[in-house]
Amino acid sequence: MKDVKAKILENEKISADYYKMTLDAPGLARSAAPGQFVQVRCGDGLDPLLRRPFSIHRISGTGDRLSCIEILYELVGKGTEILSRKQKGTCIDVLGPLGNGFILPLSAKRYPLSAILVAGGVGVAPLVFLAEELARKKIKAVALIGARTKKSVLCDKDFKDTGVEVHIATDDGSRGYKGFVSGLLQKVLRTTNHESRKTVYACGPQPMLKRIAGICREKRLECQVSLEEEMACGFGACMGCAVKVKDQAGYKLACKDGPVFNAAEIAW
Amino acid sequence: MGISIGKIKLKNPVMAASGTFGYAKEFEGLVDLKKLGAIVTKTITIKPRPGNPMPRVCETASGMLNAIGLQNEGVEDFIEEKLPYLSKIGVPIIVSISGDSIKEFCGLAKRLDKEKGVAGIELNISCPNIKRQGLIAQDKNATYELAKKVREKTSKTLITKLSPNVTDIVEIAKAACKAGTDAVSLVNTFLGMAIDIETGKPRLANITGGLSGPAIKPIALRMVWEVARNIKKPVIGMGGIMTADDAIEFLLAGAKAVQVGTANFIEPGVCEKIIKGVEKWKKTR
Ligand SMILES: Cc1cc2nc3c(=O)[nH]c(=O)nc-3n(C[C@H](O)[C@H](O)[C@H](O)COP(=O)(O)OP(=O)(O)OC[C@H]3O[C@@H](n4cnc5c(N)ncnc54)[C@H](O)[C@@H]3O)c2cc1C
Ligand SMILES: Cc1cc2nc3c(=O)[nH]c(=O)nc-3n(C[C@H](O)[C@H](O)[C@H](O)COP(=O)(O)O)c2cc1C
Ligand code: FES
Repeated sequence: MKDVKAKILENEKISADYYKMTLDAPGLARSAAPGQFVQVRCGDGLDPLLRRPFSIHRISGTGDRLSCIEILYELVGKGTEILSRKQKGTCIDVLGPLGNGFILPLSAKRYPLSAILVAGGVGVAPLVFLAEELARKKIKAVALIGARTKKSVLCDKDFKDTGVEVHIATDDGSRGYKGFVSGLLQKVLRTTNHESRKTVYACGPQPMLKRIAGICREKRLECQVSLEEEMACGFGACMGCAVKVKDQAGYKLACKDGPVFNAAEIAW
Repeated sequence: MGISIGKIKLKNPVMAASGTFGYAKEFEGLVDLKKLGAIVTKTITIKPRPGNPMPRVCETASGMLNAIGLQNEGVEDFIEEKLPYLSKIGVPIIVSISGDSIKEFCGLAKRLDKEKGVAGIELNISCPNIKRQGLIAQDKNATYELAKKVREKTSKTLITKLSPNVTDIVEIAKAACKAGTDAVSLVNTFLGMAIDIETGKPRLANITGGLSGPAIKPIALRMVWEVARNIKKPVIGMGGIMTADDAIEFLLAGAKAVQVGTANFIEPGVCEKIIKGVEKWKKTR
């Protein structure tokens, strides 16, 4: 974990409310794992005061030098508004990599494994990094992308570029399956083969994750979810980001014990 | 730069505030822990406390509200799991304690009195997030009685942390001093709330919470000034300190030392910066 001043190499609008920022941060890029996040100080002054958490969307760079981290963010309020106006070449404070990421299957050699990535809205952000890691390990993956309408479908091309099969669900049916991505997951599970052991990796709004967790419990599939809680620090100091777990311990911290949890562990 | 508070010698007057610095390990590598004047640990209670439901924090204009509810693993876990690390850092460790009764406070003080790694005890009688009728820190008689009873149980340096949610903070500070506390620290958070206008619901599950950060600085500073000119014992000032200049304001208002809270979340290395700035200022005086 490091607190660095990272130079903004790119900050582009990718669709109506979504932006992608590329940061030059070699120290972070080298140690980051899929599912981990960073805390970004969006403004320079006292308002907004707290940093904002963003998943590490991708690691990139030129050649074998992985020196950049990318974040994919949705314009929702004060912090992201300021972020969207940041100019290329300026620097921002980035703390990371934070938290525990997704647990990847060990190897695909002994028995067939496959992964189903389920994204809701901007929850797609960490799953692209995950898809790239899975591809490196030669683990077959399918991505299910949920969005409000066809205009807000994110990253379908990124998944395809890593060789991942993509299915899309939109709330209004303007592209792909009509309805929630959880409905799409049920449909996909009905039609896929059952030869490989599947793990479901999901990131998105809480109600969606709860539904996905329910489906996986029913089908006895391992399910890992990336949770969002309001955070003040992001590294276990404030105890603000508690997540209720089934264990008698009561609470775990989203920033330190998560943000990725085994869905079976959560008291939904 | 060195100062003393009770029996504790500090190499500089800048400490990390309770509840904002965890048990220090969280900051390893982000700040040079050895440089700190002292570390005040997250408030502990006799038994583990699960804390409040979520959401527990929310941002407000230049500040934040929290209702953590004193989540902690209890004193025995603290002594076994956290204290060994803390005592190795090489800076005075001040342990913040709280309880539901005078008996619990006394039990904690007695237990900690035996621990070599503990330099001092801070009485958190001002946490606004535990359900009780009013705070001890809102009643001068209750404050006096508590501090006096705890004083009898420990020879360690005793600091009483005051709540700003009172009409006259000076009379509470005086009661704490009369009871034999070695210093007072102020302020804890201001009781506040925020409502999400879209859902019409409070933004904290606890409805109300404690306000901290730059938003409270002018009021905290005024209270520190009022207390410092009315008592003889050392005053430890805090509330919204983000920079060395902020810390210097508190020192000028009469505080002998300061604590840095919310700023640690935003800039984990901020204490080191503040120490440097204060050192520089002291030299030029
Ligand atoms: C571990 C983690 C990873 C995240 N990854 C991403 C990501 O990759 N891309 C992305 O766009 N967003 C991500 N988020 C959510 C992102 O942090 C919030 O959208 C952001 O903080 C909003 O800041 P703001 O100042 O623009 O909005 P604000 O003005 O602070 O709030 C606007 C709205 O966003 C909600 N919000 C604020 N903070 C959070 C939060 N921490 N979590 C959830 N909702 C919040 C508020 O309740 C409000 O409804 C992540 C959150 C967490 C906890
Ligand atoms: C998230 C959070 C948790 C806190 N927990 C405690 C605590 O356990 N005990 C305590 O005495 N004060 C606690 N405080 C209060 C701080 O120690 C400090 O008094 C207050 O935040 C004002 O200082 P600041 O504006 O620099 O943060 C907490 C503050 C915050 C923001
Ligand atoms: S955000 Fe502070 S402990 Fe998790």
